[in-house]
Amino acid sequence: MSDLHIANVSMRFDLPGGGSVQALENINLNIKSGQLLSVLGPSGCGKTTLLNIIAGFLAPTNGDIHLDGQLIEGPGPERGMVFQQGALFEWMNVRKNVSFGPDMKGVPKSKSAPEVDRLLEMVGLQEFKDKAVYELSGGMQQRVALARCLANDPDVILMDEPLGALDALTREKMQSLVLDLWKETGKTIILITHSVEEALLLGERLLVMAPRPGRVHKEYNLPFAELGVGADLREVKKHPDYTAKREEILAMIWEMEEEIMGRTEEAN
Amino acid sequence: MNESSVFYDLAMETVAILLSVGSVLIYLFGYIAIILVSLFIWRLVRKSVSRGKNFNSLKTVTFGDESTVVSNTTASIVSVLLIFVLWGSFTGSKLLPSFLHVPGPYIGSGEFTYTAKDVTGETASANVSVVVHSADKKANKPAVEAGNGIVNDDALVIQAYRSKLLPWDKNDEIKRKNGGEIVKVNDQPISKNNPVDVGFARVSLTDKGTLNVVPYDGIQMEHIYLPAPEQVWSRLLTIADQGYQNITLAQHLGFSLWRVVVGFLIGAIIGIPLGYAMGLSNWFRGWFDPIVEFMRPVPPLALIPLVIIWAGIGEEGKVVLLFLAALWIMAIAARSGVSGVRITKIHAAYSLGASKLQILLRVIIPNSLPEIFTGARVAMGVCWGTVVAAELVAAEKGLGKMIVAASKFQNTDVVIMGIVLIGIIGFAIDVGIRLLERYLVPWKGKG
Repeated sequence: MSDLHIANVSMRFDLPGGGSVQALENINLNIKSGQLLSVLGPSGCGKTTLLNIIAGFLAPTNGDIHLDGQLIEGPGPERGMVFQQGALFEWMNVRKNVSFGPDMKGVPKSKSAPEVDRLLEMVGLQEFKDKAVYELSGGMQQRVALARCLANDPDVILMDEPLGALDALTREKMQSLVLDLWKETGKTIILITHSVEEALLLGERLLVMAPRPGRVHKEYNLPFAELGVGADLREVKKHPDYTAKREEILAMIWEMEEEIMGRTEEAN
Repeated sequence: MNESSVFYDLAMETVAILLSVGSVLIYLFGYIAIILVSLFIWRLVRKSVSRGKNFNSLKTVTFGDESTVVSNTTASIVSVLLIFVLWGSFTGSKLLPSFLHVPGPYIGSGEFTYTAKDVTGETASANVSVVVHSADKKANKPAVEAGNGIVNDDALVIQAYRSKLLPWDKNDEIKRKNGGEIVKVNDQPISKNNPVDVGFARVSLTDKGTLNVVPYDGIQMEHIYLPAPEQVWSRLLTIADQGYQNITLAQHLGFSLWRVVVGFLIGAIIGIPLGYAMGLSNWFRGWFDPIVEFMRPVPPLALIPLVIIWAGIGEEGKVVLLFLAALWIMAIAARSGVSGVRITKIHAAYSLGASKLQILLRVIIPNSLPEIFTGARVAMGVCWGTVVAAELVAAEKGLGKMIVAASKFQNTDVVIMGIVLIGIIGFAIDVGIRLLERYLVPWKGKG
């Protein structure tokens, strides 16, 4: 089983104008294989920094992360990443984008093609496989990004606000797709988001992070992701617990934002 | 020379420039008037043949809306046609009906009389028959009676745009050396500062007492300064067929293009990897930044003298010059192509298991192609300009050499033909690269 162990991770970096920022302080997390973890927090709470450390793009100043007992020292194909936008390769068509991972490993086309076709079918893009990616809409591009990530068969999928640039309707459809893919593939997913609703709907487990220094403020275990698989997400949103949790977390984040503003005003 | 004299000289030059600008303002206003009048006519015509409405035609706010401003094809056609009409009109082109010609030089015959006076105060008159002929048609002296009066009739043959002195006393009894002088032309008093208009020419009195006859020039250009369009065209056909100065047009053209292509290719082959190295490594960036940033603003033309000193006037020198012209442009284009890669693309490729080499080949290089093509367009334009200039300075073959050689013999038709060819080829190169770009990097601007 590929569990993710995050132990005492701290991140501090110098600012160009002098001084330094404590982006993360003493993060300890155990993420079980197959878990869907959503991470929520006001801007500047270090959630993207945490994701980049897990992905291996940044080295923490303290602490370490192990995946399946292996120390993470850099990026690797066992940790796939889905970005907000602009991470597709415009010089390749949809199919070549999706088969990028297997191609890099040297898997022959004949072997990777059936899997690529299956994934394109799963995200509903089989008709578009020969299109250029810039001809697709934003939602379709994110489906290509999901399929490309899955084609590499990673143990963990890291999502950095993957639906943040989409309109509300497309976003809702994509949330269902993420839940379905999670159930079908059984992958560990860490999802970073700005949206409280999205974090509640998709996260089996939800972390609310707080800024300055970046830390885990509160943790929830939620039933909504399981309820939402294959179901109408709008029905899930009517659940009384859902509404209560949403108000609670919104109030929490509001308070944090106010505190940040207050501190900035004091500094001025 | 001291500094203040430089400022004085420059101030005087500025005044001279402003005066000459002022003198062409009338032509400028005339040209603008033609533009506005044709716009007015076009609007009238368009109203009468109004076609279907497209989206832009339904917009009520067009002034200031950049998306509604598209190049008007009619205006482009009229503008280019007008250039040829003006060209033909000011050169008396046979392609144009003659009522479109501006007044040309006086061609034909004319007559005036002069009245001479001797020391005793006695006066006598004689006729002068003048024939003005165009440069390509010789004319015979008109016959005049020898006569045996005190002053006798004279004949004069003048080529258009030229003038001629009339030594009127050669066949007369009144001689200048005896104190004879001309007092009247066509019964109007004439003196050194007071020339007389005789209807087809201006007649003035020189210091030595002879008559200077200047036929009217009109406002057409003399063909030695500006040949008519059909002359340029026929010269193109002759030169394409027989060559110029024993070198065929294909050789002139071929050598110019060959130099540009070879110089550009070597520049690109070295410049692009250099740019990639500068975009990917701190050390290479630091090493080459001062060199590239210094060499970039040096115009390649300024290197011509040095290149001639070092490499002579042969092909090596020109290829080196064009290589230098292309090198920095291509290096900077490749560098900014690498810097322009979105970090998410690189991160995505690493997360998909790509190695550094795979990221270079599959992500960085394709991502930089649009920038490289932009650089190639600029570099080819600069190379084309540089090769012509280098050939003007020193070459045996090439379009630049052809026009500079022709200019020394006042073969203005060859010069103009060469300039037009240079322009057409430069434009064709640019269009060619743009087509290649559209074919090879269709994703440009869509990332």
